[in-house]
Amino acid sequence: MSLRRPAKNQPEKFEFSRSSLEAANQIISKYPKDKQQSAVMALLYIAQKQNDNWIPLAAMKYIAKILDMPYIKVYEVATFYTMYNLAPVGKYFVQVCTTTPCMIRGAYKLVEACKEKISENETELSSDKSCSWMEVECLGACVNAPMMQINDDYYEDLDKNKTLKILDKILSGETPKPGSYRGRINNEPENNRKTLMDLKNA
Amino acid sequence: MLKDKDRIFQNLYNDLGSDISSSQKRGDWVNTKELTNKGRDWIINEIKDSQLRGRGGAGFPTGLKWSFAPKELGSRPHYLVINGDESEPGTCKDRDILRFEPHKLIEGCLIASYAVQAHVCYIYIRGEYFIDGQKLQAAIDEAYDKNLIGKNAAGTGWDLDIYIHYGAGAYICGEETALLESIEGKKGQPRLKPPFPALIGLYGCPTIINNVETIAVVPTILRRGGKWFASLGREKNTGTKIFCISGNVNNPCNVEEEMNIPLKELIEVHAGGVVGGWDNLQAVIPGGSSMPLIPKEKCETLTMDFDSLMAEKSGLGTAGVVVINKDQDIIKCMARIARFYKHESCGQCTPCREGSGWMWRMLERMAKGEASRDEIDMLGDVTNQIAGHTICAFGEGSSWPVQGLLRHFSKEIKSRNKFDPIIKKQKDIPYLVDQHLLDKNA
Repeated sequence: MSLRRPAKNQPEKFEFSRSSLEAANQIISKYPKDKQQSAVMALLYIAQKQNDNWIPLAAMKYIAKILDMPYIKVYEVATFYTMYNLAPVGKYFVQVCTTTPCMIRGAYKLVEACKEKISENETELSSDKSCSWMEVECLGACVNAPMMQINDDYYEDLDKNKTLKILDKILSGETPKPGSYRGRINNEPENNRKTLMDLKNA
Repeated sequence: MLKDKDRIFQNLYNDLGSDISSSQKRGDWVNTKELTNKGRDWIINEIKDSQLRGRGGAGFPTGLKWSFAPKELGSRPHYLVINGDESEPGTCKDRDILRFEPHKLIEGCLIASYAVQAHVCYIYIRGEYFIDGQKLQAAIDEAYDKNLIGKNAAGTGWDLDIYIHYGAGAYICGEETALLESIEGKKGQPRLKPPFPALIGLYGCPTIINNVETIAVVPTILRRGGKWFASLGREKNTGTKIFCISGNVNNPCNVEEEMNIPLKELIEVHAGGVVGGWDNLQAVIPGGSSMPLIPKEKCETLTMDFDSLMAEKSGLGTAGVVVINKDQDIIKCMARIARFYKHESCGQCTPCREGSGWMWRMLERMAKGEASRDEIDMLGDVTNQIAGHTICAFGEGSSWPVQGLLRHFSKEIKSRNKFDPIIKKQKDIPYLVDQHLLDKNA
């Protein structure tokens, strides 16, 4: 299990914006009547998006009220799932996959790059408070290893220099282009494709 | 090598586009109505004939699973749930289906829903695949627009709604009952079985849960016939499978191949060989991180299917092949996998919650050469205390890779860890020393 603690400085109030509330209601309608509790995960995402990438305790209380469920149940969910950030992570949240398939292709070089550019420690905000980084478990892009995720986007086939360049970009406020950084197309074997040849470049 | 015309996922590398018109050109949605008109029994029998086994890791026969759903629709609705919580290290096949072949999956959902009499289908996608999930959502919207799902879906007379439910970074939600808990808005902690989900599942209703790849191959099987599918591979291990080859190979890739393909062919032909040549190979994890590794000697002749890997005390799992060459420290690799399991244990059962941490810490010490000799046996003992003593298969999944390491690389561990626990002077590490045996005055 992983240890997860809510941030010390918590805002007093939280409310959904109008667009968030609309999105929330649409999600609740996906589930059967009286089963609105199912929407809790999606609502936490909405809260996280609205609140600069993290979920304050006030948001959990607010969601508990909307879904008519006990606050502790929302708290349980928010602390169980690792993608809910319980403390500020900055506008750009960098997650470096370091599980074995990435590790043996040099994922720790990416970690070095993050340490150089962002902050010495994991989950510590950079000096301008705009981003933070974290080692995470398998992100499910093992054939594109080593890779990292920045907010929703995957950056694949990296090495240390490429990572440094990407991090420079996000530190200056730009969003770099996601995808492979070795110019390969999706998950095909580079320069070695043996299958579905007549469809290539069709 | 499998012929191109026998590949189910023609758009695995997105040469053709994933939208509905190009999918229809590839043959999706062309005669869905005719397929369902042949009736539920025909569909289930055809899947049984094809001997399709679940692609999510356990390899349970799909046709049999579908036949467990109650034959008559009672007072409780039936549900179909698609498991796209792909988190097994080494596996990235479902992602390509979600983003490049979404219509195969959606059509499969319709046919499977019809076969098990479900009107609502939830597709559970891991939260990290948000972008890929959006691509699937776009495809679902397209299908709604063309009336391929919704009321009277594709003219079959069956109503079907498909919804996406995003996970949030919990590996354990790939376990089917944990996944149901997660959809119900709870912590993803597995349920005791029985009752099995086919009778009491989502919201207490009959629920059939299948992997993304399993459902996505269903329409093609029905079109080309169960016999065609069964003619590929070998008895009880039929059909094609997407293999993900990662790690120390020259061209890591996803490739769809026939079951029972030699591992060497997979690595040498498709993945461009091991980095540093075949002789530089150290070991291969054949089916995602929870399957025991296989040392090089056995890789020469190994074929990739459920039963032949089982005979080697490993398993096909999700067919995520992780190649480890001799430049890597094998103990460190396994220690990192143990750390993964320590992080992902849901904390419900004590043997797994505590044991996964033990295994990780012991392996970290062994990688550094700080463990004592008897700890090697102790580690084996810990794995046996976990496997089989937990509610779900996570216990086995976390201890098998460690058992694999002990089985094939115990020499390596022993040569690195030579401490005798009662000799203090070799190295002053308190936890290696039986303190009460020390002479305090010495």
